[in-house]
Amino acid sequence: MKARVHVTLKNGVLDPQGKAIGHSLNRLGFPEVGDVRQGKYIELELAETDKAKAKARLEDMCKKLLANTVIENYSIELVG
Amino acid sequence: MTIAQEKNPPVKLPNEPTITPQIVAEHGLAPDEYERLLKIMGRTPTMVELGIFSAMWSEHCSYKSSKVWLKKLPTSAPWVIQGPGENAGVIDIGDGQAAIFKMESHNHPSYIEPYQGAATGVGGILRDVFTMGARPVANLNALRFGDPSHPKTRHLVSGVVAGIGGYGNCMGIPTVGGETNFHAAYNGNILVNAMTVGIAPTNKIFYAAAAGVGNPMVYVGSKTGRDGIHGATMASTEFNEDSEEKRPTVQVGDPFVEKLLLEACLELMATDAIVAIQDMGAAGLTSSSFEMAAKGGLGLVVELDKVPMRETGMTPYELMLSESQERMLIVLKPGREDEARKIFEKWELDFAVIGHLTDTERMVLSWHGEIVGNIPIPPLVTEAPMYERPWTLTPLPPVLDAAEVPAPEDYKASLLALMGCPDLASKAWIWHQYDHLIMGNTAIRPQDGDAALVRVPQSTKASSHKGLAMTSDCTPRYVQAHPETGGRQAVAEAWRNITATGARPLAVTDNMNFGNPQKPEIMGQFAGAIMGMAEACRVLDFPVVSGNVSLYNETEGRPILPTPTIGAVGVIDDIAKAVGSRLRAAGHALVLIGATEGWLGQSLYLRELCGREEGAPPPVDLAVERRNGDFVRGEIVGGRVAACHDLSDGGLLVGLAEMCLAGGTGATMKLPAGAAAPHAYLYGEDQGRYLVAIDDGNALVAAAAAAGVPATLLGYSGGDSLVVEGLLALPLAELRAVHEAWLPTYMNSAA
Amino acid sequence: MKAAVLVFPGSNREGDVAQAIELVTGRRPTMVWHGDGDFEKVDLIVVPGGFSYGDYLRCGAMAAQSPVMAEVKKRAAQGVPVLGICNGFQIVTEAGLLPGTLMRNSHLKFVCADVHLKVETSQSLFTNRYQAGQVIKVPVAHAEGNYFADADTMKKLEDRGQIAFRYCSPEGAVDGSGNPNGSSSNIAGVFNETKTVLGLMPHPENAVEPMFGGTDGKGLFEGMVEALS
Repeated sequence: MKARVHVTLKNGVLDPQGKAIGHSLNRLGFPEVGDVRQGKYIELELAETDKAKAKARLEDMCKKLLANTVIENYSIELVG
Repeated sequence: MTIAQEKNPPVKLPNEPTITPQIVAEHGLAPDEYERLLKIMGRTPTMVELGIFSAMWSEHCSYKSSKVWLKKLPTSAPWVIQGPGENAGVIDIGDGQAAIFKMESHNHPSYIEPYQGAATGVGGILRDVFTMGARPVANLNALRFGDPSHPKTRHLVSGVVAGIGGYGNCMGIPTVGGETNFHAAYNGNILVNAMTVGIAPTNKIFYAAAAGVGNPMVYVGSKTGRDGIHGATMASTEFNEDSEEKRPTVQVGDPFVEKLLLEACLELMATDAIVAIQDMGAAGLTSSSFEMAAKGGLGLVVELDKVPMRETGMTPYELMLSESQERMLIVLKPGREDEARKIFEKWELDFAVIGHLTDTERMVLSWHGEIVGNIPIPPLVTEAPMYERPWTLTPLPPVLDAAEVPAPEDYKASLLALMGCPDLASKAWIWHQYDHLIMGNTAIRPQDGDAALVRVPQSTKASSHKGLAMTSDCTPRYVQAHPETGGRQAVAEAWRNITATGARPLAVTDNMNFGNPQKPEIMGQFAGAIMGMAEACRVLDFPVVSGNVSLYNETEGRPILPTPTIGAVGVIDDIAKAVGSRLRAAGHALVLIGATEGWLGQSLYLRELCGREEGAPPPVDLAVERRNGDFVRGEIVGGRVAACHDLSDGGLLVGLAEMCLAGGTGATMKLPAGAAAPHAYLYGEDQGRYLVAIDDGNALVAAAAAAGVPATLLGYSGGDSLVVEGLLALPLAELRAVHEAWLPTYMNSAA
Repeated sequence: MKAAVLVFPGSNREGDVAQAIELVTGRRPTMVWHGDGDFEKVDLIVVPGGFSYGDYLRCGAMAAQSPVMAEVKKRAAQGVPVLGICNGFQIVTEAGLLPGTLMRNSHLKFVCADVHLKVETSQSLFTNRYQAGQVIKVPVAHAEGNYFADADTMKKLEDRGQIAFRYCSPEGAVDGSGNPNGSSSNIAGVFNETKTVLGLMPHPENAVEPMFGGTDGKGLFEGMVEALS
């Protein structure tokens, strides 16, 4: 089974990279761009067929390593 | 595999294309070069064989256009342990220690993808040095970018600097020096020349020459992917079973893996398991395995299916030509595989025995039990094409009389214009992105001296520490105007920069960046620069021990300025005696060493304030260089000098301004009686000169007179302004603001 | 004082801090490999600078999960002092030994430069050789040193005197001019509640010799020797 994990900064946490991307887009002629937040996308192959079990394991992975819950949120998506 | 099998002709792989003149041309082989190949092979090559010839006979690997000229450089001295021809040069620095160093270009990749191009350039030169058993102790970089107003320049500066920092910082090697210039001639071809200096015990230096028939050949480091396989592969898509996956890609560096590779290699080197070792740089497995076998006069069998692979569907051709980074090839003593494997596994690196040495002097490539390539090694080296290309020397331009150059209306404005121009403005924006302090041995930091100075960790419990001084230099506008003078000057300036710290200049690495050698005027620039360099190296006892050539730096027929970058290393026995160029206290006498005619031809003053790039460059009298430099060095190691700065770009006044800014102390000077016209005296770029700050100026002038060295007491340090009596009074704060503003302002402005 | 310096794949300032400790104590610290969850008893554990695991994922995140850090957490709970420098600071925050986190520098670039630090307190085993309010000059070298914690945590840090060092101007003014990375409240280093764990971004180990960056960082090591010997 394949899992997709998105890690994003929590609201209110300054995101200098997102800010820089926003500025650059504005400069490049995309004035409609307002706030930009940059995150991470992680793809994992899992040797697990039970979705509920996989989800629980992924939660654990996110809390232990993939996300820093002081500043980051995460979301988990299971495919296949 | 038996010897009998090794003599079998190779099989053709399924889907392997038939070699056509077009495929040969796409591999960069001229028709007569392909004829040579056929004569050596006695049959049509397979694709992988063609790829190997193409790589080995490329300009990059064979030096076919430059070799006849490179031979003219002096390469020996009593302290030279290894000259050109190995991964890096090796010199004896005393106490059983050697300095190992080299400079190498990564110009084209850095233009295509500045971050990764520059990063992998740093990674490659680091490997060249630690392959020989040295722990790298410092990096330097010589960078040339296009005109700041060119639309690509800002992006290139930003990416190259981030890439150099990204790699070097992660490796934990301080980046301590270098140079950055801008000129429109580099608009389409930037130069990224990276230099690494390492230290090793003289009795633990490792070489590439393989030895011992039957000894295992081991692959370590990262897995092999399709990185940097040149465009030629693209044209032969039908060769690949999995064409969707087949795209040549930019090489991507992984400094984390290289750090592990460094530690693992040094750990293995501490044992006696290694026979020979070679990093996989340009042309990857091809050139590394070939060089090891050729240097050892042996043959080898490579089982390509054993190579650790990162991607599926890779072919022998791709495996032999991939330029994936962070890989090494090692010949081990028999039976030492397990011991070595343990070390690499501890560092979480790949380790695979991929072949063994034979006495056949042939390179035999096998793929799942079948032979896919079988090349005789010696003729590929001895029959390699070598060209003595036609060359025309650049004539010496007429000497420009200072009277033909207008004096500035306002000296203050002229000095501010020079100190704020792209070539002279502070490069702090760059070097603050490089960790220049890690290892705790950096004694002279960027901008604080003419050369960087790094403490050599002592092998014994000595009371004093040695220091290594290092620098990179070239004044391309001088080389363009007159290559012989420019070549001489580049070497002399490097020698002078080492000298200005108090260190003894020992040896040179050269990075020859030029245009298309098939044009006689470009080949003439190369030849002229070599002649000048060779003479300077000989007179100054400053041999060339390693180097690199980068040709074809041209876009739409417009070549770069000829840029023979000189990297140099020197040693000072007691680092506590070294000086920088910072004017740190009031009351020091300022003494100019060397004669000043006021040479404005090809000066920065002429270019930046008059908009003219003309005239003959300043002549370099090597005997005078040596005399003046030896005198200055003697004064420094005698403990009498407070600060010293060589005078080059921008001349005396710029040199003094730099000393004031670096140390935060002002100065007052006056023009000596009978001097040249003020603007020529202050901005002329006469060679062989130093500005020295010293307690007792009169004693220095007297000592100089006794040594036959011209010396002039110009003034004293103190205050918070730079004053030239009757001409200029400039608060340092104002000078600093202009000097430090240009680069950050430029980099932060909208593209 | 018996010290251990941890070594992770990608650590690169372990030699610098070992050299500084040896200079002050005359004794080479023990180097402890990241896989070694059972190392000898020591008076001080140092988590050094570098790029552990290439700084991939998040600086310090993977190192924080290593066997040796599980042991460090156990010993820290028993009161064994822990000093995290630069990447070591990132590792100990990721391991939960210190509050907050280190984010990308606000200007997005790596920065290596001398900075000035205001010593906030002399009342700790790490800072007892300094005076509160003293300004010292030491270098930084990092791309992720921008300290961040939520408002509650920040208030607690201030109220409990857990801030060890703040970036300041050469004259000691704590304002934007001396802040190299955008750190909240100019924080350069913080303690845990018991002040037995210190994490800081600057490199005192690169300021212990006059010719090589000055000696302002030496006090930190001398202070620890005094407190722990």
